[in-house]
Amino acid sequence: MLELADLTIRAGAFTLRADMTLQPGERVAVIGPSGAGKSTLLDVIAGFYAPEAGVVRWQGRDITGLAPGARPVSILFQDQNLFPHLSLARNLGLALRPGGGRLGEADTMNVEEALAEVGLAGFGARKPAQLSGGQASRAALARVMLQDRPVLLLDEPFAALGPALKTEMLDRVAALAEARGALTLLVSHDPADARRFAERTVLVADGVAHPPRDTKALFDDPPAALAAYLGA
Amino acid sequence: MARGPVAIIAALAVLALTLVPLGAVMIRAGGFAGFAPGDMEAVRFTLWQATLSALFSVLAAVPVARALARRNFPGRGLLVALLGAPFILPVIVAVLGLIATFGTNGIVNRALAALGLPETTIYGLHGVVIAHVFFNLPLATRLILQGWLAMPGERLRLAASLGLTPWAMFRTLELPMLARILPGAFAVIFVICLSSFAVALTLGGGPRATTVELAIYQAMRFDFDLGRAAALSVVQLALAMVAGLVALRLSGGAGFGAGLDRIVPRWDGQGAVARSLDAGAIAAVALFLLTPLVLVTLRGLPGLVMLPPGMLEAAWNSLWVALVSTALCLTWALPLATRRGELLGLLGIALSPLVLGTGLFLIVRPYVNPFTLALPVTALVNALVSLPFALRILRPEAEAIRADHARLAQSLGLTPWAWTRWVFLPRLRRPLGFAAGLTAALSMGDLGVIALFADPERATLPLYVYRLMGSYQMAAAQGAALVLLASSLALFWAFDRGGRVDA
Repeated sequence: MLELADLTIRAGAFTLRADMTLQPGERVAVIGPSGAGKSTLLDVIAGFYAPEAGVVRWQGRDITGLAPGARPVSILFQDQNLFPHLSLARNLGLALRPGGGRLGEADTMNVEEALAEVGLAGFGARKPAQLSGGQASRAALARVMLQDRPVLLLDEPFAALGPALKTEMLDRVAALAEARGALTLLVSHDPADARRFAERTVLVADGVAHPPRDTKALFDDPPAALAAYLGA
Repeated sequence: MARGPVAIIAALAVLALTLVPLGAVMIRAGGFAGFAPGDMEAVRFTLWQATLSALFSVLAAVPVARALARRNFPGRGLLVALLGAPFILPVIVAVLGLIATFGTNGIVNRALAALGLPETTIYGLHGVVIAHVFFNLPLATRLILQGWLAMPGERLRLAASLGLTPWAMFRTLELPMLARILPGAFAVIFVICLSSFAVALTLGGGPRATTVELAIYQAMRFDFDLGRAAALSVVQLALAMVAGLVALRLSGGAGFGAGLDRIVPRWDGQGAVARSLDAGAIAAVALFLLTPLVLVTLRGLPGLVMLPPGMLEAAWNSLWVALVSTALCLTWALPLATRRGELLGLLGIALSPLVLGTGLFLIVRPYVNPFTLALPVTALVNALVSLPFALRILRPEAEAIRADHARLAQSLGLTPWAWTRWVFLPRLRRPLGFAAGLTAALSMGDLGVIALFADPERATLPLYVYRLMGSYQMAAAQGAALVLLASSLALFWAFDRGGRVDA
């Protein structure tokens, strides 16, 4: 399980506290007003930002000091999820071989399978700019599939997609996380995303990342901070 | 992305290669006992010619920049590109072109003679200043043009709707901008002219027109007075440091002028006077820049068939020096393409090649005959001197690459090698090609430290041209100069193009 133990995250005058435990394989939404620190919380879990105090543990092991690539974590950013000058095959190849070496036959097979799984069979030679927004999102998804880490972080990666495409992508992620048993955290400012995707939801507001609650129960009986955000 | 160790090694190498020669010079300079009577004169001349050169360059650039800022005409893009050319133009080629224009048998003097006017001379203070203006007027124009183009369009619109007269327009909008830009432009050009060597070598000389750099060279080559050369080097260093620091403060860091092809829409300057002033400024600057280049090409063509002995070897040497110093410069520039790295790289610009060369000469002399090291030392010094330019080009792009892609690379756990091979270098290709082209062309055309070290058997192409001039073989010199010009431009083009092809 992923433990955030007594975390204090400070960025300038801004402080965020978090203390919670998340189970392997569950799907969790992270919701709250913009600027509340949702992305910062993900950055701390992914290793891009060091907390001022507290510990991040995965299956009991302290990972607070590990480099991003050494963590059991993969992440989809808001943008720049693929290197724009490299073909999809090379992009995905780097996920398999971060040393940048030559891809073996088995690697190439894996890359092709991953592309096929997201409906991009035969797209290996294309560059990201030659894809539509939805295709690029799916290619990025194939990238995290190949990384195959037990924790998957989604930092609003589908925000630029239309509603139908976004729903499709969320369903794909859900299926994928289910199949691999990955703990998935989805940052979103849209309550509908949380309801559709996540069993439990973390509310980030007023400097605190609250421990996760059952999504339905949370939205049916919102605490004051969430009610204010929802405008209900 | 453990760039740390590599960057530190690169930084230490740059530091050692600049500070150790400097130390050698300082130690050898002793108590400045070695000064010759003419040396104060050299200091005075250096300051005076740099002042005049910077002043004329900047003053002449104002009307040209204004014309370029508010006029669109066929060939404008070409003229703006031409303003970048002197940077990669070998000094010796320009000097030959200026001699063909303003020299004793040049077209200007022939025209003056036809009109019955007394002839002018290209040698001495005149010539040094004309050559410096030739090289720096374009730079000044680009700097001032940037100021003009940065003027907010809203203000120009407001001025137009108020119906400001040209004079009121100048007072309220243009004068404040010029007051901000001109001191920096003046200071930058002053610094450049301060360490001018090749121009003074070819057009100056004699007790009345010797720069400090030239005096260093003469102390080394003619008097073999190392103490005096070292003392002069310290003087040069102090001059360049003080002026360099002032220039750095005054100029907000001059770029290479992206986006100079833009024209800000303006509603003023539609009168006949303004139009003819602008046309005159553009015609004059085009004539001033193009005439020497055209003449050197025309006169060089017959010289090409002469293929004087030794020219191919000199060309080969130059090519070799250019390629080695390009490789060296980029090897340094890649890990140092950060803010701190760029500050370090400025060392290379503060130190004149002649001072560096003198220091290296003093260091190697106890162990080997320095003359056998002429070419490697030239390649090394050229790399150091080009480093600030390469960093100025590479740094913004390198930082953008890190900002855009470092997170993804870290999340994938890319090794430093994979990052460099698959992300950093491919993304950096365009500026890398441009920087390589610039370094190669600068090095190909350099006539500086090679003059200090070379013996009769070893020459680069610029030195070879200079020697032909010195022995009054002007036709052969012009032929060789044309070869030099073509190879410098070809090198620049090849590297720059290499960075653009399917990038």
